[in-house]
Amino acid sequence: MSCYNIVALPYSLWHRALQHARPLALQGGLCRRRKMPQTPSPLVTLDRAGIFRAGRWLVRGIGLSIDKGEIVTLIGPNGSGKSTTAKMALGILKPDEGKAERRPGLTVSYVPQKVAIDWTLPLTVGRFMRLTGHVSRAQAERALEATGVSHLGPAEVRTLSGGEFQRVLLARAVARKPDLLVLDEPVQGVDFSSEIALYELIKRIRDDLHCGVLLISHDLHVVMAATDRVICLNGHVCCSGTPTAVASSPEYKALFGARAASTLAVYEHHHDHTHMPDGRVMHADGSVTDHCHPDDGHHHGESHAPRHASAGGESRDAR
Amino acid sequence: MLDDFFTRALLAGTGVALVAGPLGCFIVWRRLAYFGDTLSHAALLGVALAFLLEVNITLAVFVVSACVSISLLALQRRASLSADALLGLLAHSALALGLVVLAFMTWVRMDLMGFLFGDILAVSRIDIVVIWIGGVVVLGVLALVWRPLFAATVNSELAEAEGMNPERANVVFMLLLAGVIAIAMKIVGVLLITALLIIPAATARPFASGPEQMAVLAAAFGAVSVVLGLFGSLEWDTPSGPSIVVAALLLFVLSISPLTNLMRPGRVFPPGEKG
Repeated sequence: MSCYNIVALPYSLWHRALQHARPLALQGGLCRRRKMPQTPSPLVTLDRAGIFRAGRWLVRGIGLSIDKGEIVTLIGPNGSGKSTTAKMALGILKPDEGKAERRPGLTVSYVPQKVAIDWTLPLTVGRFMRLTGHVSRAQAERALEATGVSHLGPAEVRTLSGGEFQRVLLARAVARKPDLLVLDEPVQGVDFSSEIALYELIKRIRDDLHCGVLLISHDLHVVMAATDRVICLNGHVCCSGTPTAVASSPEYKALFGARAASTLAVYEHHHDHTHMPDGRVMHADGSVTDHCHPDDGHHHGESHAPRHASAGGESRDAR
Repeated sequence: MLDDFFTRALLAGTGVALVAGPLGCFIVWRRLAYFGDTLSHAALLGVALAFLLEVNITLAVFVVSACVSISLLALQRRASLSADALLGLLAHSALALGLVVLAFMTWVRMDLMGFLFGDILAVSRIDIVVIWIGGVVVLGVLALVWRPLFAATVNSELAEAEGMNPERANVVFMLLLAGVIAIAMKIVGVLLITALLIIPAATARPFASGPEQMAVLAAAFGAVSVVLGLFGSLEWDTPSGPSIVVAALLLFVLSISPLTNLMRPGRVFPPGEKG
């Protein structure tokens, strides 16, 4: 080993350690008190935010912040409040408790989970690109090309297939050159190989525009490797952390192949409590409480498989 | 030129149709046909109140229609009734209230038929001025709120997330609609206003490839209906308001007949892939 390498190695290790440490530092209770001097205020901050509807809390005590150039992925079972949390971050839903703050003058792009275009609406893809603001023809064409649907420009929106429309939605969001991009299950209706390509595209968008990305994953276990932070929801923030460690795990590579592992990651976590269909919580020791407390809610490393009850189904997502 | 009652009728009718077309498009897109009906029913209450308080009829109709739309917005937020039940409740209670108020005012001798079916042949020069100035204002405001209103029509949450204000656009739209109903009542009457709003928009739909295009086409089809209807009513001595609606209906039937299929813009399918 040459002298050069001995000097260089500690540096690269240090560099990598820093890269991993930053997302880790952002999670958990510590980050709320911490003020990082070198970063400007986050694009969006939710502070102990909750939504109360029809006599119960859809989500409660949600704390999250998204910085410029950061990808945050929300995962969780059906009705765990992923869409509700995104809508609070977007300002569509006003929190009944806590705070939701966006940096003023932010350009936001939103890809909703479902957009039903009424058949009475004459709407071409080209016009749809300019729905909420001016987008130049060149910008629109570039965005459509990036999502692989440049040939659909003159097509009527209602004649598109689900996958095509999903790409058009993404193109429309990108063409606005947003500071904050919120994607609610952007890969639904897209086949698996295209799914990887779309994840790669989202990463490229983040690198190009240096925007913050809030991504809701439709799959509990598959998230982007480029994600800086994964937040698991179940009516509250269950846990959060970086997926990089999981991406390099040999089990994952064996499952999906080394190439896919550079794009996708399996994020696994263990719970010591289970959410029962009636909303109560059963703990590992068999006791049942009304809430699970953030402090004793989960302990990584204990050998309990994630067993989230899909209580209430999709209807728990406030629309 | 304006001395001729027929010319005045043509001017007034086309003025109303040019405004009703674009607004009618939003009624079709947002599935608000029954809402238009409710507002026009409420217009009769406006007429009755105008007689009672001795104020301008157009103004009173506008105010009552605006109140009904705002109360609908408020009721929708808290009431446990569905939108269509609420609309039915508001429409018919306003109509009944209007008729009862009118019956109490025994000193008022008015032509109820004129308000129900319109009296376009009796429009005055002042009516024409009101219609055209009002029309320009309505179209101007509509142009200002066009983007947020259309974005909210496509997807309200998306519009709100991306910095538009759908709620404000909705309120502005309802006020515009109240304005159009106030100025259109004289032309086709309370019972037929919705037809003038919806039928030209429905006729325009198959020929339009974009929302702006559909609005312009709807205005044009409306104006053509007014001209055809008025000449028809002159020729065959039929009531003018209903004749205009029948002419609009004829255009609609023509637009969906197989012959005109050839004129529609071709739908573009992506080459190779579909589904």
